[in-house]
This record gives sequence, C-alpha cells and structure tokens, in this order.
Amino acid sequence: MSLIEITEVKKRFGDNEVLKGINIDVEPGEVIAIIGKSGSGKSTLLRCINGLETIDEGSISVAGAQLLPDELHLKALRLKVGMIFQQFNLFPHLSAGKNVMLSQMVVKKTPKAEAEEMAKKMLERVGLGHKFDAYPDQLSGGQQQRVAIARALAMEPIALLCDEITSALDPELVNEVLAVVKELASEGMTLLMVTHEMRFARDVCSRVVFMHMGRVHEIGRPEDVFANPKTPELKQFLGMQH
Amino acid sequence: MNYAFDYGWLLEYWPVLLKGLAITVELTLVGGVFGVALGVACAWARALGPKWLRPIVTTYVEMIRNTPFLIQLFFIFFGLPSLGVRLGELEAANLAMIINLGAYGCEIVRAGIQATPKGQFEAGASLGMSRIQTFWYVVLIPALQRIWPALSSQIVIVMLGSAAVSQIAAEDLTFAANFIQSRTFRAFEAYFVSTAIYLALAIALRQMLRGLGWSLFPKRSGR
Amino acid sequence: MNEFTDWDILRNLLLAARWTVALSIVSFIGGGIVGALLLLLRIGEGRAGQIFTKVYIELFQGTPLLMQLFLAFFGLGLFGIDVPAWLAATVALILWTAAFLVEIWRGCVESIAKGQWEASSSLGMGYLQQMRYVILPQALRIAVPPTVGFSVQVVKGTALTSIIGFVELAKAGTVLTNATFQPFTVYGFVALIYFCLCWPLSKSSQVLERKLNVAHRNH
Repeated sequence: MSLIEITEVKKRFGDNEVLKGINIDVEPGEVIAIIGKSGSGKSTLLRCINGLETIDEGSISVAGAQLLPDELHLKALRLKVGMIFQQFNLFPHLSAGKNVMLSQMVVKKTPKAEAEEMAKKMLERVGLGHKFDAYPDQLSGGQQQRVAIARALAMEPIALLCDEITSALDPELVNEVLAVVKELASEGMTLLMVTHEMRFARDVCSRVVFMHMGRVHEIGRPEDVFANPKTPELKQFLGMQH
Repeated sequence: MNYAFDYGWLLEYWPVLLKGLAITVELTLVGGVFGVALGVACAWARALGPKWLRPIVTTYVEMIRNTPFLIQLFFIFFGLPSLGVRLGELEAANLAMIINLGAYGCEIVRAGIQATPKGQFEAGASLGMSRIQTFWYVVLIPALQRIWPALSSQIVIVMLGSAAVSQIAAEDLTFAANFIQSRTFRAFEAYFVSTAIYLALAIALRQMLRGLGWSLFPKRSGR
Repeated sequence: MNEFTDWDILRNLLLAARWTVALSIVSFIGGGIVGALLLLLRIGEGRAGQIFTKVYIELFQGTPLLMQLFLAFFGLGLFGIDVPAWLAATVALILWTAAFLVEIWRGCVESIAKGQWEASSSLGMGYLQQMRYVILPQALRIAVPPTVGFSVQVVKGTALTSIIGFVELAKAGTVLTNATFQPFTVYGFVALIYFCLCWPLSKSSQVLERKLNVAHRNH
C-alpha cells in the first residue's frame, strides 16, 4: 500500500472543472515535484490533499486515513500531513516559538514544557534556534517560511505538502528555504511540492508530475521528464522556463 | 400579559401619520442635500483650504461630533433666540440636521480626499489647473465615489436621528406618533406602527442612495 | 427670578451628569456582552443564528433609538409591570449598542486574512480552537479603536432617554432652563459637559488607530 493514494480525484468550481480525474500514488520517502502552468490545477490538488478544498469525486487517503469532509476525519488526516503555504501564514500575534508550540498544545494536548522542547528542537533544525522569541514581523521572508516549516514539523507529520513555498520570497532568500527542504528530503521525509524551481526539482526530487489542464499530463523520474519530454505541452512549458 | 392589541385607530389617524412622514422625508431631503454640500465644503477647507480656516472647521467638526444631536437642536431652537436669532420649529430642525450631517460628512469626505494618490494633484497642477480647479474636476468625484457607502449610512443615521425634532414640536413622524398616543392611549401600537414606517423609510432611503451612487458614479474600467 | 448663578447651573448639571456616565457605562458593558453573544451566532456555522442576528441588526440599526426607547418603555409596560424610566432606558440602550458592536466586530473578524484560517486548519485545529487561539486574539486588537469610537455614540445616545423621563444631563438641562429662563447658558453648559465626556473617547480612538497602523507597517 502506498503512503498517499490519490484516486480519480475530480474537483469543480462552479462550471469550471479544475481537476479532471487525478491518479497519483506516493511511496514513503518519495519527493515529488508538481509542475505546470498556473491554472493547471496543481495548487488545488495540494489543497485537496489537506482538506482545504473538498473533492467532488474520487478518493484520497494518507497512510490509511481517508479524506472525508467531517471534522474528525479531517483532523486525523491533518495530523498526518503538514502544509507549508506560499504566504507563510505565520500567526502574527505569536512569537516564532509560540507559533510552533500552539498547535501541539491545543490539538495534540502536549504539555507546555514538552511543546517548548519540541519547538526549540524544530527551530534549531531549520537554523533559527536563536529566533525563538522573535515575532513574525521581525523576521525576513525566508526566516518566516523556515518557522512555518518548523511549525509543520513539530506536529510530526509523515508527509509535507509545500505550495509554492519560495514564490513569495526575494531571490536571495530562496536558497535558505530550499536548503532546509533538501535536508528534510535527505532525512527521508515524504514531500509533495508545487514548485517553479526546476533545478531543485531535477536535483532533489524522485519523481516529477507535469500537470496540464486538470490532468496529470506526464509523470516520471526527473532525468526522463526534463531530458525527454514526450508531449508538446511539456516541451513548451520547459522551453518557457529559460 | 393580557393586553388586547388594537389597531382600529389607524382608520382614523392614518392621515396624521402620513403628514408626519412627509415632514420627516422633507427634513431628510433638505438635510441630506445641504448637509452633504456643507460636508464637502468643510472637507475641502480642512484638507486643502487656507491655513486660517482649518482650525475653525476642525473646532466645528469636533464640537458637533462630540455632543448629542438633541442638545444641538435645543441650543439652536431655545438658545439662539437670546442672541436675537429666532427660528421656527422646521427651520431649526433643518438647520440642526444640516449642521450635524455637515460635520460627519466633512470627516467622511476628507478620508476620501486623503486616499487620493498624490499624483492626481500633481497631474492637475502640471496641466495648469488651479488648486480649486484640481479639487473640483480631478479629486472630488473619485473621492466621493470612494466614500459613498459611508456617506449613505451617515445620511440614514441622520434621518433616524431626526426623530428627536419632535421635541421642539416639529411635526414629524415621531410627533405624529406622540399625538396619536395622547389621543387614543394606544401608546405601544402607535409607536410600533411608526417604528415600522421608519424601518421601511430607512430601507428605501438606503436603496435610493445606492441607486443614486450608481447614476452619479458610473462604473469605469480599471476600478 | 435670577437667584441662579452660573455656578449653580453648572453644579446641578454636573450632578445630573453622573447619571449620564452611569447609564453610558452600563449600556456599553451590557451591549458588549450581548454583542459578543450575537457575534458568535453571526459568524458561527448555523443558518438560523445568522438570519436571526441579521434581522436583529437590521431592526435596531434601521429604526430610531428614540422609537426603541418608547417601545421599551410602553412595551415592557404591557406585561403589567410599572416600568421605571431607567429600566426602559437601560434595556433599549443595551440592545441598540449590541446591534452596532456586533457589526463592528464582525468586520474585524472578517478582516483577518484567509491564510490564517487555512494555516490553523492545516495544523489540525477545529473551529473553536481557531477562533480562540488564532482569529480572536488578532481581531480583538484591531477592534479596540472602533469600539472605543462607538462608545461616543453611546454617551450621546443616552441624551434621548431624557425624553422618556430619565433624569440625566439632558433632562437636567431642560428642567434648569424652565427654572432659570437662560436656555443659552444652560444648553451651552450641557453641550460643554457632553463634549468633555465624549472628546477624550474620540481622541483616544484616533490615537489607538494610528498606533495600530504604525504597528502594522512592520509586517
């Protein structure tokens, strides 16, 4: 059984069908890059896996936990997959440390001392141990995104979803975030990331999914996908990147 | 509660209510038009007018916004005659409403003016327009468009506040309700019916102002 | 006839102003409590609660406060109790205040970015947890200036209770005018006292708002 099973997933916004039957199975430890033009449905797919969008047809399961729209199933699922957002979405009224502690304490009921311990460890892991008491507005974009990663990691998920996590960053801040992700990948974390960083996808990912008009248009190992695009759409997409 | 509601008096007294409603509408119309005009003038004075005028307008605005309408009304109607200014009930009511809306309107319109990009003033100046011309032709309409919803709400608030003018014997809708209850001893019913009329008037006024906004400020592209 | 000095007038008005202050405080706090309960219904998931609060707000914001005072005064009387003016005044002002506060606060809650809801969802928080730990702490901060600003409307609103016979500042003004025949002086003083009560509130609302805007620029 795969870790994440996405089967025949369809999603409509009104008359607009943005996902037209998606099938992807993700094995434990895989790092998957989802690429494609804007509007191809890649972000929507990621948001569906976390239950931020409901699906109209098909099924998604993560380590046996089914995605169902009631609060109990959603919570079970969200404890297994963390999500990192393009806009970081740190809680502005809480310090970096408290950002990482909050959900441990209120969702998992972890005692405060333990949550603090974990928060310190996770901030250390993303290289921000010294920023425990800093507030989000005192941090750079890259630092904020690393806190967001620490916050997700503190819930001990078995997979992480990354939704264009470097797109809102100034170019010089992109690498510090990617370095953290690369580190996670090497430690065996399962990762699904929507990204525009083609070089990163080529170097780090085990598989690349090219989405086009709501479908998985091509899927394969990065060396195949990037070196030998089979369809004209992927050729055109890769050509645009340079 | 064993009280029998009785609306039989409506048959006899509806013309009284109608007359009161007409006065309320008239007060709102006059107060609305002149109050907005005064508000625009004061907003101009405060934001762009001559330096000496600004503290005067600021004082006026702060005085009005920080005292109850009822007291403003009493001051105009009962207080001013000792200065030799004697006004009828309706004149006093109209004046009080204009002055009241003018102060709130000033603040609302000023917020709209302040949100105008600086480039608009500079563009006007670079085309050789005077400050007043720039204000009138370039700044004012987009500013009004921006704050129209807030201004509309304020006009509705002033209309509802006009119920107080019954206290200087201006014969508005509330005055009519008071009159009817003193004749019929059906206080609750009289106020209930007039409250319902106010509610209908508020809803209608809001719709009218929205429609007016659409016709005054037709949607332009890029907005 | 003129045994009233200006000082006599002012002293009597100030004594009456205590009731204006008391009524304002009770109405504001009571309105805040009712408003908070209505807010839970308004932004909650239940359809019935949403519709109820919408109608409530429309009724209280769409009719004159003076009419609400009359209806409270004569409406409570229908239950056979002899309603004192202060009771009718308090009830009406609390309900009226709540209708405005709930709308102000709803605006604050809705101004919190969608990402905050999504991030806290993705961390497994339920609706109540999101509200309590993420949304409300932020909304509360931005709600302070407009809430303080609205307290000015409450203070001014209490003037209308004089019409149903509650003896506060405005009523004292009327009584003193009838006794002294000096409406200009009396209403001038009355206005001045209201101004002294309201202006600090208006001003602090503006200052708080400016502070908040400065703090926001750092984000």
